[in-house]
Amino acid sequence: MSTTTPPRQRPDQAARRGRPGAAPAASASAATGRNRQRWLPWIFLAPTILGMGLFTLVPIVASVVLAFFRWDIISAPSFVGFDNFSEVVQDPTVRVSFLNTIVFVVVAVALQLGLALALAVMVQEKMPAWLRVFFRSAFFFPLILSAASVSIFMRYLFNEQFGVVNWFLSLVGIPAVPWLTTPGGSAAVVVLVYVWQNFGFSFLLFIGGLASIPVETYEAASIDGATGWRKHLHVTLPLLSPTTLVASVMAIINALQVFDQPYVLTRGGPGDSTRTAVMVIFESAFQRLEFGQASVIGVLLTLIIMAITAAQFRLSKRFVFYQ
Amino acid sequence: MTTSTDHVLAAGHSPKLSQGLPETSPSRRRFSWNFTLRIVLLLVAAALTLGPVLWTLSTSLRSPSESFKLPPSFIPWNPDFASYGEVFQKLNIFLLVLNSALVTGLIAVGQMVSAALAGYAFAHLKFRGRGALFSIVLATMMVPVQVTIVPVFMLIRGMGLSDTLLALILPAIPTAFGTFLMRQYFMGLPAELAEAASIDGASPWRTFRSIYAPLAMPGMAIVGILAFNYHWNEFFRPLILTISEQNFTLPLGLVSLQGNLGTGSISVVLAGVVLSMIPALVVFMFGQRALQDGLTAGTGK
Repeated sequence: MSTTTPPRQRPDQAARRGRPGAAPAASASAATGRNRQRWLPWIFLAPTILGMGLFTLVPIVASVVLAFFRWDIISAPSFVGFDNFSEVVQDPTVRVSFLNTIVFVVVAVALQLGLALALAVMVQEKMPAWLRVFFRSAFFFPLILSAASVSIFMRYLFNEQFGVVNWFLSLVGIPAVPWLTTPGGSAAVVVLVYVWQNFGFSFLLFIGGLASIPVETYEAASIDGATGWRKHLHVTLPLLSPTTLVASVMAIINALQVFDQPYVLTRGGPGDSTRTAVMVIFESAFQRLEFGQASVIGVLLTLIIMAITAAQFRLSKRFVFYQ
Repeated sequence: MTTSTDHVLAAGHSPKLSQGLPETSPSRRRFSWNFTLRIVLLLVAAALTLGPVLWTLSTSLRSPSESFKLPPSFIPWNPDFASYGEVFQKLNIFLLVLNSALVTGLIAVGQMVSAALAGYAFAHLKFRGRGALFSIVLATMMVPVQVTIVPVFMLIRGMGLSDTLLALILPAIPTAFGTFLMRQYFMGLPAELAEAASIDGASPWRTFRSIYAPLAMPGMAIVGILAFNYHWNEFFRPLILTISEQNFTLPLGLVSLQGNLGTGSISVVLAGVVLSMIPALVVFMFGQRALQDGLTAGTGK
């Protein structure tokens, strides 16, 4: 660091002027101090900046470059131009997986936000404090579990013959649903398990948003004769729009990256019915060793995420109602 | 049901409440119905949320032959811990826990230290390009881990670290979100502290180490708890970056255990799942507030 390499002439100068020279010593330390001050921020930043450069920025550039090469790690990479792009776009598995991902995002995010908003509004109204704490903790709880282990026990719950879900359905006279052996059933299970685990996050955001709505707004609304549903429709929803925007963008970005649940629950099957974009990245890179194609899919996914984030900024300027 | 009467009783007995809200008393009956319905709906939601976890716990305590039985018995009257013993035989669970703890612990500590350092620099130190650099750091949050995984995998191979725990630890230490969180935290601490310290002759480094870092401990705890929760449960990166079973982390080991056993003995697999939840539960109990604050930080709330 800077302290170990002070300017060369300083010690000599100090020595020439004699040991007990207080003034030169002070000036030397002031000089190294200034020097250190210039370097200090970079010392603080070094672990983060070097790490990010090496493990995020370089890989991003490498991903883009790799998208134009054919490489299986074993033989040397060969430049193929846009071949990977056209192959990826024409690959039926990739198409299905992107379509699956979009359908998944739409359904899962709608369910997640709807459920979270309804529960947040209900929890926020008058009730004993301990009960509110209980509900909040209960809805928050699945967030701390690993998606892999959640998917493990959910696979048993949704088993066709001995699963508890079908047992409950049989109580109300619904015949056994082949959850994990039919395309529709598998897709439904992946959505349900995902929403089960993640709605708590949107719930927390909505709780925060609701808490920031001033009580006076509701008082004014009730003086104007608004009750129940109308109150929520005309007061809560508009005032909650900034939170809703943030919650939906975060939910969409997370849902676009879904992997653990379909991988453990269904391995993408039956057929390609639950194969998602990230699963195809994983499979084309680490099972088929087509790193170039995997990079193309990754780049496409990043572009989608960046577009959504950019849209968030624009939308928040135009449509969000700030108090 | 009892909860709703408790609530009404409490409101009736509390002079402050009934004084403060006089207009609610005429409509109490209607309100009470509304309240009951609301609580019932919330209880159903809570049962659906916690139910699967409780079923997991209770099934892990049943003997393998009983685990298929329907109707399911939710309360394990005769708990059978044999499945837990079997997990230890079928799975080198000590090694998995050790690996997970090592990986998660080192990532958490690494993130706390590196994020505190960088957050302090971005909040209180002046240098050229500070704003631009901070924007770049924030922008990396948008890049999903799946996109960089192929080059990271190659980089790890190139560094000779493939199939080691370091392959999981090193790339996870630089944290954009943690840096952002710590910058916010340090911005909340007054800059006058640094001025006072420098008048007293403290070096900038000492000012950070003895004044700002101790004050920022709660923020660092949030970074650590978030890192712990995320990486303890992480599946995607370990699936790709580790190959041999001796380097597996818990989620990976559990999924492989499930695959090896098929649907043969649910209770053994579920016993493993329950064991893997314990550390997460401990963090949940002690760090719930911090975890919530951390998850919702930076969302404008």
